[in-house]
Amino acid sequence: VIAAYVPTSTWYLLLAAALFGIGTTGLLVRRNPLVMFMCIELMLNAANLTFVAFAMQTGDINGQTSVFFVLVVAAAEVVVGLGIIVSILRRRPGATADDLAEMKG
Amino acid sequence: MELVVFVLASGMVLAGAFGVVVMSNPVHAAMSLVLTLFGVAVHFVAMEAHFLAAVQVIVYAGAIVGVGTIGLVAAAILRAKDTVERQDALEASGDSNIRLLARNLFQDHVFAFELTSVLLIVAVAGTVVMTRRSTSPSENEDGGT
Repeated sequence: VIAAYVPTSTWYLLLAAALFGIGTTGLLVRRNPLVMFMCIELMLNAANLTFVAFAMQTGDINGQTSVFFVLVVAAAEVVVGLGIIVSILRRRPGATADDLAEMKG
Repeated sequence: MELVVFVLASGMVLAGAFGVVVMSNPVHAAMSLVLTLFGVAVHFVAMEAHFLAAVQVIVYAGAIVGVGTIGLVAAAILRAKDTVERQDALEASGDSNIRLLARNLFQDHVFAFELTSVLLIVAVAGTVVMTRRSTSPSENEDGGT
């Protein structure tokens, strides 16, 4: 009976939606810049999961190519973002996102 | 069987994602994130995206471990260099998924692929410049105070 249930792309889309929701919640709730960064990674992974699920459903390899580009852009984003965070934390150890309010109008 | 894999990997993904949000220590959050990334890699394997699963584990999980624990930019660059060697090893095995992906990437999207090299160079160079500049004033600040 269990073998009759084969995961379809809908299941993966639901999982990706849940993952994206958790990532969004974390981004809004947490104040540590590093953890906020990790939550963005969660959301990117949810998008990747969606891409691959649709690539499987339609049999189109373009979805997997898109995931490749997302990975590359995410790597660049990690490099730049981490540089910014490290330089902020070096200047002010223990700074949270709430402390960085100099630009507030 | 596929259902069992899906349930187990989904448990890994969701538990790891929950851990990222809940853990108060950023290092523990990073470990939870690695759990999530490995779970997503398992899903990639289940969906026949073998190459992306390998890249996910090597680049993403490796780079994020660098973010959470070491916090150094150099780690991410080293992992990226590691990936190229693994890609060659995978390609030698002659997986059809990889052949399809390579044909798509290097024929249809070759211009975008070249643009990503520009993006990475700019990102790495910009980060080096940025952290260098922030090093000298902060050291002066430390010396002043």
